[in-house]
Amino acid sequence: MSKEWPLWEVFIRSQHGLAHKHVGSLHAPDAEMAVNNARDVYTRRNEGVSIWVVRAADIVASSPADKASLFEPANSKVYRHPTFFPMPEEVKNL
Amino acid sequence: MYAQMVETGLNKVRTEQDMSAEEGAFQARIDAGIKIEPKDWMPEAYRKTLIRQISQHAHSEIVGQLPEGNWVTRAPTLQRKSVLLAKIQDEAGHGLYLYSAAETLGVSRDELLAALHAGKAKYSSIFNYPTLSWADMGAIGWLVDGSAIINQIPLCRCSYGPYARAMVRVCKEESFHARQGYDIMMALAKGTPEQKAMAQDALNRWWWPSLMMFGPSDAESVNSAQSSAWRIKLFSNDELRQRMVDQTVPQAEYLGLTVPDPDLKWNAERGSYDFGAIDWAEFYDVLKGNGPCNRERLRTRVKAWDDGEWFRDALVAHADKQAAKKVAA
Repeated sequence: MSKEWPLWEVFIRSQHGLAHKHVGSLHAPDAEMAVNNARDVYTRRNEGVSIWVVRAADIVASSPADKASLFEPANSKVYRHPTFFPMPEEVKNL
Repeated sequence: MYAQMVETGLNKVRTEQDMSAEEGAFQARIDAGIKIEPKDWMPEAYRKTLIRQISQHAHSEIVGQLPEGNWVTRAPTLQRKSVLLAKIQDEAGHGLYLYSAAETLGVSRDELLAALHAGKAKYSSIFNYPTLSWADMGAIGWLVDGSAIINQIPLCRCSYGPYARAMVRVCKEESFHARQGYDIMMALAKGTPEQKAMAQDALNRWWWPSLMMFGPSDAESVNSAQSSAWRIKLFSNDELRQRMVDQTVPQAEYLGLTVPDPDLKWNAERGSYDFGAIDWAEFYDVLKGNGPCNRERLRTRVKAWDDGEWFRDALVAHADKQAAKKVAA
């Protein structure tokens, strides 16, 4: 009876990108196969210059049920955006 | 369509009265166009329907490599061979995206493959037909992938997040498939009389099975009505099939080929083509396992899986050995 391979999540940074983006997942027996398979499946059209693979089991995600309370603090702090502060037209470079 | 006639396990569409508070809230999110994600509560029937549909779709991609695999060693030029290989590689990728989406619903890859290999899981009827000439590579890309695109674009907006996102990725790649098929048809149709005859013969054999891909008329189907309520299915089988005919007939005319339907006729009132009756007996027979290639397709899949077992086991043994070395070091 064969052992099922662990699940890996794949993140790719594009040539023009700053951050790695999640593109999908795959099963592989180890990290080396995960990177090679990610290259075969997720970069056929020059999508990236860098690949990260992470065991899905190592990823901790916030709970959808907690969404409201987890992100509540930001709702009342619109002053974090520069647009909250109108500046006089005559004043430059602010 | 790649998932033809998916069972929901229900014999009538769920109404407000049938639903618990939880299910009511779930349905309200669907109605509001909010995506359902893997960790969200969902009715068991929704989960099971999606597992069936997405896995059938995934199986179709993997089995779908086989008809085209038949002509890789006999492509007319190295360029055509490279392009065909690239398309087949894409199908493997599509299978992966779809298996990954199905697995988020709590089923393992091994379970899904075991169901396919045991003949318990379905895949699209179209892949049970043989590829008899190089022109079939053109007809398949043009008509079969063309039909797939028509089915898959609405699925990009379906209610289940992972499935919708997989479809977005698939659709980006699918247009190349349709174009490479039509490119082959153009080369043949504009070639020698023998080449044009080969192209016409392929169109003759693939036209009706492609129309059957969309499944029988589902105006009376409870399964289709429930899938629509769950926003898994956004258009009826007949609507999608009509779209395919209306798009494809002008493409055939450009090639100077004849669609093998004596009843095909432009209907100015409807703004659509009227077309002839489909032989649904053939469709049901193919689904039952009596198509030209059903047994061969399954045999090939099972052999590939069985023959590859030593390699999969070796990869695990290597990984375990390396991990043990690391711990010891």
